[in-house]
Amino acid sequence: MLMRLAEGAAGARILAFGGYQPARVLTNDELATTIDTSDEWIRSRVGIASRRIAGPDESLPDMATAAGGKAVAASGLSPADIDLVIVATCTPEAPIPNTAATVASRLGIAAPGAFDLNAACAGFCYALAAASDAVRAGSARNVLVIGAEKLSQWVDWTDRSTAIIFADGAGAAVVGPVTDPDEGAGIGPVVWGSDGGMADKIAIKDRDSFIVQEGQAVFRWATTALHPVAKLACERAGVDPAELAAFVPHQANLRIIEAIARKIGAPQARVADDIVTAGNTSSASIPLALSKMIERGEIGSGAAVLLLGFGAGICYAGQVITVP
Amino acid sequence: MAMTEPEILAGLGEIVDEVAGVPADQVTPEKSFVDDLDIDSLSMVEIAVAAQDKFGVEIPDDQLKNLKTVQDVVNYVRTAEVSA
Repeated sequence: MLMRLAEGAAGARILAFGGYQPARVLTNDELATTIDTSDEWIRSRVGIASRRIAGPDESLPDMATAAGGKAVAASGLSPADIDLVIVATCTPEAPIPNTAATVASRLGIAAPGAFDLNAACAGFCYALAAASDAVRAGSARNVLVIGAEKLSQWVDWTDRSTAIIFADGAGAAVVGPVTDPDEGAGIGPVVWGSDGGMADKIAIKDRDSFIVQEGQAVFRWATTALHPVAKLACERAGVDPAELAAFVPHQANLRIIEAIARKIGAPQARVADDIVTAGNTSSASIPLALSKMIERGEIGSGAAVLLLGFGAGICYAGQVITVP
Repeated sequence: MAMTEPEILAGLGEIVDEVAGVPADQVTPEKSFVDDLDIDSLSMVEIAVAAQDKFGVEIPDDQLKNLKTVQDVVNYVRTAEVSA
């Protein structure tokens, strides 16, 4: 028997982005009233000035729905055009049901494929690759990809090594087929990987634990192991780093971001620094930062942008995209 | 071939200048990284990584925390070079 295979698109592209942040702003000065830290210390070590924290009644699906709804609206598609929803998160409300089906239902997307994906802070890049591959393989036509986190519920607010870093938010992208044959693929090949030998470096060990991180070990790994991944993602996409209009890495720590950026050699690239006012929102940080850069007109349509996600697992992934 | 102490010191000065913006001529043996040169723990990691590239000597985190002064790092690199 010769099985028939699905017919996919020649390439996939991003049609639109959307982002959502909770209203509540938590400043460094406010944190310094309850834990032994200071605005100056936090700014110099991690580069954060303030972060957003979800309200008491604001759930992970609430934030994911808000970001996803904005991306769908901006894409020009109707909810009925979406046939797959992927939510990258490491902070779901519960193991089941997944977040994706709930969010899809709230957005009026009828009966799409729906799954959650956990690659922690690399989650959005993993989900984007899965979406791109689904469109190219013909498993889906248009995919809603969301990165959403409510890390505040997993933070020990008396632990100054983590309380100053993590935050809440959501970002989303709509992925669809390349329809104009003259137009190149909008999502380049992913370079992804992991190292389970470093699993204990960033972890929430069980349901009664808070997030812990060995900051120094993570910093060393991030500033030495990731620029080759970033360069390879450019190479596989056939894009010279010098041509990049922007570099949007996971917003982990401003000093990690700056160290990687220096080593990639992309002098023209605007480097995302959304961490300053958003904190570290794990899988949400890349689409959140990108949606704001596009909104502010900092990167134009068609520009090549390098994405690089990395974090707990250890998991990492990077790819070049073109701005919708 | 093992480097001499002045060579290691000069190389370390270049690294500290590059990583933390502290002029190389201030990187003298008796200086404490934290107290005299105002270098924090993350910059120390960057210095260790750069030292590995320059001297071919790995300084793991559990060793790094014991290296308080410029002389400590110079000694560490010299000892590691000899044993390697």
